[in-house]
Amino acid sequence: VNERIARQLRELLGEAAVERTADDLPRVLPGSTEAVAATCAAAHASGWRVRVEGHGSWLPPDAPADVVISTAGLNQVTRIDAADLVATAQAGAPLARLQLALAAEGMWLPIDPPGRPRRSIGSVVATGTAGPLRHRHGPVRDQVLGCTIVTGDGRVVQAGGRVGKNVAGYDLVKLQAGGFGAFGIMTELHLRLRALPAWEMTLVAQGERDSLTLLARELRDANLDAAAIELLSPAVADHSSWVLGVRVAGTADAVWPAIERGEQLMGHGTSILTREQATPFWQTASRAMGGGMVALRFGVLPDGLDETLDLLHQRVGLGLVSAGAAEGGLRWCGESDVPTMRELRQRLAAREVPVTLERAPWRIRRITGHFGLYREGVAPLVGQLRRQFDPGDLLQVALDADDDLG
Amino acid sequence: MPATATGRALHEALAHITGPRWVRSRPGELKAFESDGLPGHRSLPGLAVLPGSRRELEAVLRLLHTAGIPFVARGAGTGLSGGALAGGHAVLVVLTRLNRILRLDPATRRAVVEPGVVNARLSEAAAPYGLHYAPDPSSQSACTIGGNVAENAGGPHCLKYGVTTNHVTALTVLLPDGSTTLLGSPSGEPWGPDLVGLFTGSEGMFGVAVEITVRLTPVPPAIRTMLAAFPTVRSASEAVSAIIAAGIVPAALEMMDQALCRAVESSIYAAGYPTDAAAVLLVEVDGQPASVEAESAAAEAILRAHGAGEVRTASTPADRARLWQGRKKAFGAMGRVTRDLLVQDAVVPRTALPGILDRIAEIGAEHRLTICNVFHAGDGNLHPNICFDARDPGESARVTRASREIMEACIAAGGTITGEHGVGSDKLPFMDLLFPAESLRMMCDVRRVFDPGGRANPGKVIPVRHCREWRAGGVT
Repeated sequence: VNERIARQLRELLGEAAVERTADDLPRVLPGSTEAVAATCAAAHASGWRVRVEGHGSWLPPDAPADVVISTAGLNQVTRIDAADLVATAQAGAPLARLQLALAAEGMWLPIDPPGRPRRSIGSVVATGTAGPLRHRHGPVRDQVLGCTIVTGDGRVVQAGGRVGKNVAGYDLVKLQAGGFGAFGIMTELHLRLRALPAWEMTLVAQGERDSLTLLARELRDANLDAAAIELLSPAVADHSSWVLGVRVAGTADAVWPAIERGEQLMGHGTSILTREQATPFWQTASRAMGGGMVALRFGVLPDGLDETLDLLHQRVGLGLVSAGAAEGGLRWCGESDVPTMRELRQRLAAREVPVTLERAPWRIRRITGHFGLYREGVAPLVGQLRRQFDPGDLLQVALDADDDLG
Repeated sequence: MPATATGRALHEALAHITGPRWVRSRPGELKAFESDGLPGHRSLPGLAVLPGSRRELEAVLRLLHTAGIPFVARGAGTGLSGGALAGGHAVLVVLTRLNRILRLDPATRRAVVEPGVVNARLSEAAAPYGLHYAPDPSSQSACTIGGNVAENAGGPHCLKYGVTTNHVTALTVLLPDGSTTLLGSPSGEPWGPDLVGLFTGSEGMFGVAVEITVRLTPVPPAIRTMLAAFPTVRSASEAVSAIIAAGIVPAALEMMDQALCRAVESSIYAAGYPTDAAAVLLVEVDGQPASVEAESAAAEAILRAHGAGEVRTASTPADRARLWQGRKKAFGAMGRVTRDLLVQDAVVPRTALPGILDRIAEIGAEHRLTICNVFHAGDGNLHPNICFDARDPGESARVTRASREIMEACIAAGGTITGEHGVGSDKLPFMDLLFPAESLRMMCDVRRVFDPGGRANPGKVIPVRHCREWRAGGVT
């Protein structure tokens, strides 16, 4: 069967556009939105299940499927308009390469996701995996102005636009950012840029976890305009104790006063890292958060952080933890099982803390789902929205919990 | 036979829910709801109902659902897109009585409000804690947070702080059938796909938000405002680009053209703006005192290097208010020089600003119309103000043609037809110019998920020929 499908795809897209995956599935590497659309249309017509892969460096490429669509061939940074603060990139463009191209123009995309630098921008947006910079710059969705989407049955839909402010029509971009690919395949994205900060410094304090969470809230109340205030577990910071990293970025005029004030609050023993010294510090943390088999994201506010960490400590251990200690948000990575994750979800739901499964092998995520537990009235909306974007239910995304398998 | 919005039985059923005082049906009473802030669109609703609680609103929506009657939710009616207008077949559901601030938590910097809470009132309530609600539409002293959510409203300070969608973390929504759905979470983590983001800016077509959780933002400890006069619009635009390229993120970057400054100065709102300059820029920098001091000095140097002949600076609230007065009262000032004013809204890439302003001037000349411009220069969001007399049908027709040409020019420049006012009725004809048919069809399909009957604010945002019911009818 696989061979027959591969043959059909080769006829459709050409010999070179089809290869084989390690699990012996036909994998297409489309080079254009149209080629993605043609593949989806063919899959829809034949009822082939579709798995979408980026560079395979975040979600494991292990969903059962009949055909694999890789965005690796869609890897171009299409256009950078520095003075307009907008860039367009294809979904498969590695984030690190995009940042390099932007830096050459004095620009910056304030996104620092967990995992490896070669992660594609499409992966980062589809999984909504923000890093410490979410403190000042908000979630990933805030950096996406528009995108091109191919639906599960091969239609091409434009969402949003290419300007910084836009309320024309419904905001379909929001379904894509953090939608895990359940609402179609993004092929191209328009992104909101910032000027590359002229100055940057990082303050690092170390100590007990709860004294650092307290300190983080004091720093928040001091309104330093920090780019990030992140609490890192010892394993993430590669340090003997917990660490609070405070990243300040902007003009020299803004950075210096903030660093001075921050240092006062953080007290003796605080290290000050220059940009060059801080780069490996933050990169180490990002890479560490790509570890473990499972990554969970907790929508927790700072005042609930200690309690959530205590619960994690009890149930799964505090190995790899990175938390926005001043504005909220917590990521945990490690090993866990389905019943434990289910229990965490239930217990935290009572505190209005959503738990999103960001990364896990298919055998786990097909049961727990990326979201799993919805609030009142949401599940039917999500199901019907998915049908609009994937009428054949062919995009293999484990959005919801499968209670029958539990 | 379905009930109609003017039926006696419907009036009585609604009165039974809200009390008779809160149902309006006489034309004289309905006149107040005939239009919003944009002239040119008028429509009398069949009935207006003003529920006084969430429970009453829910009962109203269930009643309308059962009877199959369309409805339009409305806040203060300050919108500028003809969005909150209802036809005679529909019931206008006015939400101004749902005006309680339900919670305000300085520790988590969150507030939960009902939709009828006036934007500025939330900031006033947060002020004792050193916080405010950042999105600040020009109508903030009257417009409601519910309306802001429906339109994804912006404002001058959105350059640094973001628009409404960046500040809403959770919503309790009544779907058009009256059922409740809980979207988002206090932290802002969406708790599933980002339905809060999808709902925000849906212009009242997905349901009614009855509880809105928003972020509150610290009031900056120091603010400095600068007013700079430029010999050309181009030099002012280049100064804007240079400030942003320098990495300074001003809280606001507003531009006014000469026609607008002259209108302001000839009005009672005269703010001492230079009337001989081609463009006036307002630049506001905020943050910690030391950084404001240094960044505003840097910004001032950039302004001067780009040809600003005059730069005035203000730091005290009173002095700053004086510099802002002309900008904030621009629409009021225009009201003194023209009988009717069409406030347009469009966005272009910032570098396209000088070219688009030349084109707008040409369009004005071709159609013999006075067009003044005030805009959020930092994000390329234009507000061309077209002066006219609505009693003159010929002139009104020229305004319509000029509006279309302005929209076409902005789209051709890579922009969009609305940055913060919404599509409503006014921009409906331009949606086809902006989006391919497949995208508009998808928007219709998404809308049907929330509102299968198509009863919430019918006929707005998406031209009806793209919607399934129309397609199914075989009319293409």
